[in-house]
Amino acid sequence: MRKGLSDPGQVLTKSPRPIFLMTNSVLDDIMFAINNGGGLQLKVNRSIEEINEKIKTGKAVVFTAEEIIEVVKEKGTEEAAATVDVVTTGTFGPMCSSGVFLNVGHPSPRIKLEEVYLNGVPAYSGIAAVDLYLGATALPPEDPANRNYPGDFIYGGGHVIEDLVSGKEIRMEASAYGTDCYPLKKIDTSFRLSEINEATLFNPRNAYQNYNVAVNLGPKTIYTYMGVLKLNMGNANYSSAGQLSPLFNDPLLKTIGIGTRIFLGGGIGYVTWHGTQHNPSAKRADNDTPVSPAATLALIGDLKQMEPRWLRGLSFLGYGATMQVGMGVPIPILNEEIMRYCSVSDEDLKAPVVDYHRGYPYKEGGELALVSYADLKSGSINIKGQKIPTASLSSYAGAREIAATLKEWIETGHFSLTAPSAPLPSLEAGIKLNALPQRDPEQKEVK
Amino acid sequence: MVKQKIVLRFPPHLVEQPTIYHLIKDFDLMVNILRADINPKKEGRLMMELSGEELNYQRAVEWLKEQGLRIMGLEQQIIWRSDRCTHCGACTVICPTEALAFNRPEMTVSFDEYKCVVCELCLKACPARAMETLVENANSR
Ligand code: SF4
Ligand code: SF4
Repeated sequence: MRKGLSDPGQVLTKSPRPIFLMTNSVLDDIMFAINNGGGLQLKVNRSIEEINEKIKTGKAVVFTAEEIIEVVKEKGTEEAAATVDVVTTGTFGPMCSSGVFLNVGHPSPRIKLEEVYLNGVPAYSGIAAVDLYLGATALPPEDPANRNYPGDFIYGGGHVIEDLVSGKEIRMEASAYGTDCYPLKKIDTSFRLSEINEATLFNPRNAYQNYNVAVNLGPKTIYTYMGVLKLNMGNANYSSAGQLSPLFNDPLLKTIGIGTRIFLGGGIGYVTWHGTQHNPSAKRADNDTPVSPAATLALIGDLKQMEPRWLRGLSFLGYGATMQVGMGVPIPILNEEIMRYCSVSDEDLKAPVVDYHRGYPYKEGGELALVSYADLKSGSINIKGQKIPTASLSSYAGAREIAATLKEWIETGHFSLTAPSAPLPSLEAGIKLNALPQRDPEQKEVK
Repeated sequence: MVKQKIVLRFPPHLVEQPTIYHLIKDFDLMVNILRADINPKKEGRLMMELSGEELNYQRAVEWLKEQGLRIMGLEQQIIWRSDRCTHCGACTVICPTEALAFNRPEMTVSFDEYKCVVCELCLKACPARAMETLVENANSR
């Protein structure tokens, strides 16, 4: 950078009143600062259109967020930014806030669906007549749940979605109160994904930017959405792809926005909004990555072009049913700042260790420690002198495969990038997460 | 003295034979049945622990084979459905024997059936339900 400086003497003569005598090196430092405009003036400046042109001609240079770490180490941020067009990310973890909108079509006579079960799992019908929403954590009413503690939750909404996308026949039992326009009151039938009008995967919250590492400080084993946690910190479970995770590679959402085209469930999807519980204001490290759960994404995509491999029904012992979602985001290397963000590695990413015996459920106490994803992935972490075996709920092998697939799609011209139509709220939004008010319903609200 | 955990698989026509009676009566073995899955006219499975004199045990095994029964070690009883495994690794901190182990830097999970003690802890700890037992399957299908 310093090499490109203009003649320092020139600037000096323009200065009306030099206050003190500058040595060459002081001058260099000042010029360096001016030329960089506080880090805003960048050497590399690439547009999405330029990248898409290169994708079209099969010339785009693409690396996964894992491969890029070495590239940047070798070439430096600036040179890497000058040569690389796109970095692909991926993650394949349990994501409860997922589900699918269905339009199953009208039988004859027509029906306004009221109570609906798909393979025994209830779907929400409080929208138009044959529109439904099936959530990943929905359970059949006859599931014993935790009455038989810890419950098995062998089949829920996520499993129905996996079966749907596998092309299996889904039994639909439904009832309705009947109207003049929708007279049918009962139906028991079955359909396959290919036979219904729409199946739109819509996940209100996916791709958490960082997540808790769960331990159990209590005296007996507990069963959580973070898996089975053995007593006295017998294990520590985490759930993020770390250096491959989409939002760890664009920590301040400088490229990912509304309309960003992504890999979703083995097909193509889009970012529609920030996810629920989106918290960009979470505390951040020097590299701008958060040290607790922070930003989230809401995602959408056509289920009909997805694969069961990347949408898997899950049964969490003692917790419930959910779905493992595979998604990946391409990050356009617009400049060296974005390149620097993408070069982040597991050593630089920290997650909070949280107790799920009291800490998380009762909001007691804060985090027990901060640990790096490099430590988590090594197989054990040290907390208060205790060596604790670690395990992941998110599949790193899956994240790798997704990032590699997305890379291949882009390299072969099958996937082009989109510029966001609007940004997602980031730091400047000043978002604060709310807790649910717990008022006495009898008491009138004070004005 | 020997003590062995084995699984006997009965072809349908042998299911109704008094096999256990013979093991006790003719070979003087102690039979501790761990799990039984026997349906008339279908293949049956019997997981058990046999103990007794070495020679008697050997003769019993020979006799069982002559009868047309298949004898398997207990280690073949837990099945890792690699097609269903997402390689998350959640099971690796639950498995007490490292039969389910995490490989680095591949970041994949592998299953060594010889290390498995059929404690069955992984069956429910695996969210993708990629771990199965032969016996349970035979009952539910
Ligand atoms: S918990 Fe299940 S899905 Fe995960 S690695 Fe183990 S066997 Fe595979
Ligand atoms: S049955 Fe027990 S020993 Fe065997 S793989 Fe499962 S957890 Fe490990």
